[in-house]
Amino acid sequence: MISINNISKSFGDKIILDNLSFTINHGDKIAIIGQSGIGKSVLLKNIIGLLSPDNGSVIIDDQDINEISFKKLQKLRSKFGMVFQFGALFDSMTVGENIGLALQKLTNCDRLEINERISNSLLEVNMEGTQDKMPSELSGGMKKRVGIARAIALNPEYMLYDEPTTGLDPIMTDSINRLINNFHGKGNVTSVVVTHEMKTVRDVSERVIMLYKGKIQFDGTTETFLNSSDPIVVAFLNGDSTYKG
Amino acid sequence: MKKIILIPFLYIVSLFEHIGRYFDLMSKTLRSFTTWHLYLGFLPEHMIKLGVSALPIVVVTGLFSGMVTSVQTAYQLESGFIPDSYVGGIVCVSVLMELSPVITALVMTGRVGASIAAEIGTMRVSEQIDALETLSFDPVSFLIMPRVISGAIMFPVMVVIADFFGLLGGFFAATTSIGISSYDYVYGLRDWFVPWYAIFGVIKAFSFGVAITSIACYFGYYTTGGAEGVGKSTTQTVVVSCITIVILNYLLAAVLL
Repeated sequence: MISINNISKSFGDKIILDNLSFTINHGDKIAIIGQSGIGKSVLLKNIIGLLSPDNGSVIIDDQDINEISFKKLQKLRSKFGMVFQFGALFDSMTVGENIGLALQKLTNCDRLEINERISNSLLEVNMEGTQDKMPSELSGGMKKRVGIARAIALNPEYMLYDEPTTGLDPIMTDSINRLINNFHGKGNVTSVVVTHEMKTVRDVSERVIMLYKGKIQFDGTTETFLNSSDPIVVAFLNGDSTYKG
Repeated sequence: MKKIILIPFLYIVSLFEHIGRYFDLMSKTLRSFTTWHLYLGFLPEHMIKLGVSALPIVVVTGLFSGMVTSVQTAYQLESGFIPDSYVGGIVCVSVLMELSPVITALVMTGRVGASIAAEIGTMRVSEQIDALETLSFDPVSFLIMPRVISGAIMFPVMVVIADFFGLLGGFFAATTSIGISSYDYVYGLRDWFVPWYAIFGVIKAFSFGVAITSIACYFGYYTTGGAEGVGKSTTQTVVVSCITIVILNYLLAAVLL
């Protein structure tokens, strides 16, 4: 379980997150949405400890990630898989090496087993046979799929997706949404998807948290969100830039 | 007006901020030494990258610095009262103690330091370092430790190579363009040679290697602001490394000689 308790985060004078609190239960499929620059990725980075909140705490499986030692944090992070907006593939390594790097360090698998897990992960994202390609040879959508393969190779309990479908064509968006759903359906996985793509929200999430001006504007089921009468939610759903609430 | 008066103070504060963060990063790097076995496999790759890629430029600069020292020494000693063998001796001392380590370090700053800063800086702005952290890696020990160790090992090797080519360049220049006999040059070289000169050069190279690679890693690691930030980090690496080399060069001479 992930518990966010009264976290705030500012950069200089700009308040990004303002006293946010919510809980993510095991098996949840959540979309965190909001306008660009509203602090969705900052929130995600606070959850995995890449950023520390100015105030408040992030409790994961009963451990405050900002209080535990670096070793314990590393161990806790091995339960996570994170997919970055632009893939964040290591560009000096091949696709296979990108996926195998963490397997080498975090598992006791031998070379053969690692190769098998690399192939299986690539098969799951329909990228089989690309082990020897360099990231520079891949398109944006392929990079994101390899990023997903790298994250799922370790069978994480928590999957965090940072704008997984931003900038992709509708077909590729649908393909990534299906991958997210497929992996979520494989076991007791908790999925947190940061996005502003409404198709992804509809296809993937069961619960929506909407951020607005540093605070939570909406927290509820996707169905309630889509039928909400809150003017800010309605403006977001309709893409209405004239609303100045 | 107030802003103009504040500028020097802000620079000083920023300088101390950099120094503090640099030593903090280095202490983290040293502490991560306990997990060295996890990253040992990456060491040869870094050593090859750092050493082999810079080899041609080190050979060329070493050769020509020896040649110019030979020619200029002969020009200074052309009175006729000083034996020709002194040219070999002076080239020997200059190359081993000063020219090879310092020129190699300055050249390596541009070649290796800038490349490390750009590589790590790009990893920072493209979230690759964040990705490493989410995969439970310690980015400090994964990215910085192998590069600093490679610098500490390969810089002395590069300087020994530059020493060899510097003395060889001096020999070529002495025998071809100055007209000193090969016997006189080699005699002077052997007569003036003291093993400590070469050891002193290697100690300098080791210090420069650690300084350049760690400074490059520091600026790369704390890069912000996209492509422009990477460019800024690279420039800062070269400038700060060059200043550090000349200061370290003096300090080592003052302490060890």
